[in-house]
Amino acid sequence: MKPKSVAVVGAAESTNLGVIPGLSQIQLHADAALNALRDAGLSPSDIDGIATAGETPTTVAHYLGITPTWVDGTAVGGCSFMIHVRHAAAAINDGLCRTVLITHGESGKSRVGASPRPAYPASLAGQFEAPFGVMGPPTMFTIPVLRYMKTYRITEEQIAMVSVVQREWAAKNPRATFKEPITVTDVLNSRMIAYPFRILMCCLVTDGGGALILTSADRAQDLPQKPVYILGTGESVESPMISQMENFTSSRAFRVSGKKAFAEAGITHKDVDHLMIYDAFAHLPLYGLEDLGFCEPGQAAAFIVGRNTAPGGKLPLNTNGGGLSYMHSGMYGMYALQESVRQMRGVAAAQVKGAKISIAHGVGGMFAASGTIVFSNERG
Amino acid sequence: MAEGGRPLPVPTPETKHFWEGAQAGELRLQRCDDCRHTYFPPRPFCPKCASRRVSIIKSAGKAKLHSYVIHHRPVPGFTPPYAIAVVELTEGPRMMTNIVGCPQTPEALVLDMPLEVTFEKQTDQITLPLFRPTAGK
Ligand SMILES: [Zn+2]
Repeated sequence: MKPKSVAVVGAAESTNLGVIPGLSQIQLHADAALNALRDAGLSPSDIDGIATAGETPTTVAHYLGITPTWVDGTAVGGCSFMIHVRHAAAAINDGLCRTVLITHGESGKSRVGASPRPAYPASLAGQFEAPFGVMGPPTMFTIPVLRYMKTYRITEEQIAMVSVVQREWAAKNPRATFKEPITVTDVLNSRMIAYPFRILMCCLVTDGGGALILTSADRAQDLPQKPVYILGTGESVESPMISQMENFTSSRAFRVSGKKAFAEAGITHKDVDHLMIYDAFAHLPLYGLEDLGFCEPGQAAAFIVGRNTAPGGKLPLNTNGGGLSYMHSGMYGMYALQESVRQMRGVAAAQVKGAKISIAHGVGGMFAASGTIVFSNERG
Repeated sequence: MAEGGRPLPVPTPETKHFWEGAQAGELRLQRCDDCRHTYFPPRPFCPKCASRRVSIIKSAGKAKLHSYVIHHRPVPGFTPPYAIAVVELTEGPRMMTNIVGCPQTPEALVLDMPLEVTFEKQTDQITLPLFRPTAGK
């Protein structure tokens, strides 16, 4: 895409995050969408493009009273929203629509009106993974990490530090679910879920929603919010089965998506002021830092232990507290994007002073998909 | 470890040979007749060169423990803690499985330990390939 030709002009999360038994999944989409429309000074009749995952774009468009000329139902897991941003930017540039609404809502905790997650026993994963006792992401996303630890001599203590540092960020965020400080000992002594993962190395399970509104950079000048420009984008997919991931120490989808986003943006790593890496589990930021090229293979744990990503560090990472401490409804990518937008607007709870470039990097499924967005708050 | 009640596969036309092989006590892979690539899971063409000229081969059933987790939460058909493992066959492909015949502990489950296939009948239609430490080790 053409850098800075499209901007985020509306961004909001659902009114509440956490446990929301009073709202169904579709209403979480709508609550976030209405908040984003108000933020942008727009109404549903201004929207002519709709993208969503978890619900169909048809459902969301009809529920909100939108008549779109462009729809995108890409649903590849938690990074779907990064990919929607990428597709929306291309669509706006190509004149397929003018103003796109991207919504997420998930009753991940309360399961009110939530989509079922059926396992099809005739699918490849149903035949070749389900019979061996897998039960959701904690038993699959986690499988590669022992190989990663052996390859690079990484300790459980180092991985626990990912959770500890992110809790430091969460402490600065009034909307974070968990704000109490934790230590490496706390993490390692917390309940074992799937060795070597303790519960404090696993993301939260909450309810919530989020929405973004994008339009052309030219039109963004007439809208109330400080525009946040799309500088570069990337996407890819790898395998629907964790056992068939090419390399257990590195995600091909991360590498492909990240490389594309950096190339489109025309930036180098030292240009990046703020970074979000989707952290469904504590090893995700390690893979992300390495596969995006911020660290050499095997060096990300030392980078985090060295406080480079902590408050005061040179590369602030997951400044909302992340999926480990802020919130995680199931498809967390939307919240990573929201925090990048807040940082670029200069209104984040833990604001990185003077930040000009932010990256939000997402994962979908169990290393199955990826999307990367580079944002900038400067047009010139 | 398994107590029945675990989810069982429903074979498709493209995977039928694999599950029939398991019933017959064979671990069946596929190999491309053109580029010689050996692959899994099953499909009637080579994922490397797209050739439809592929053959079913019998794996030697030897593998190394590539990675795993030890799950501590209850799952139908399993008594926690139990390991969910990915093994790497000597022919190259990796597959998910369970490790039997050894304690389900980090001390007993050492990465790269040699394993061999063993078959566990679930129903009259389905037998699962599991792995155990190679005899004599
Ligand atoms: Zn071939």
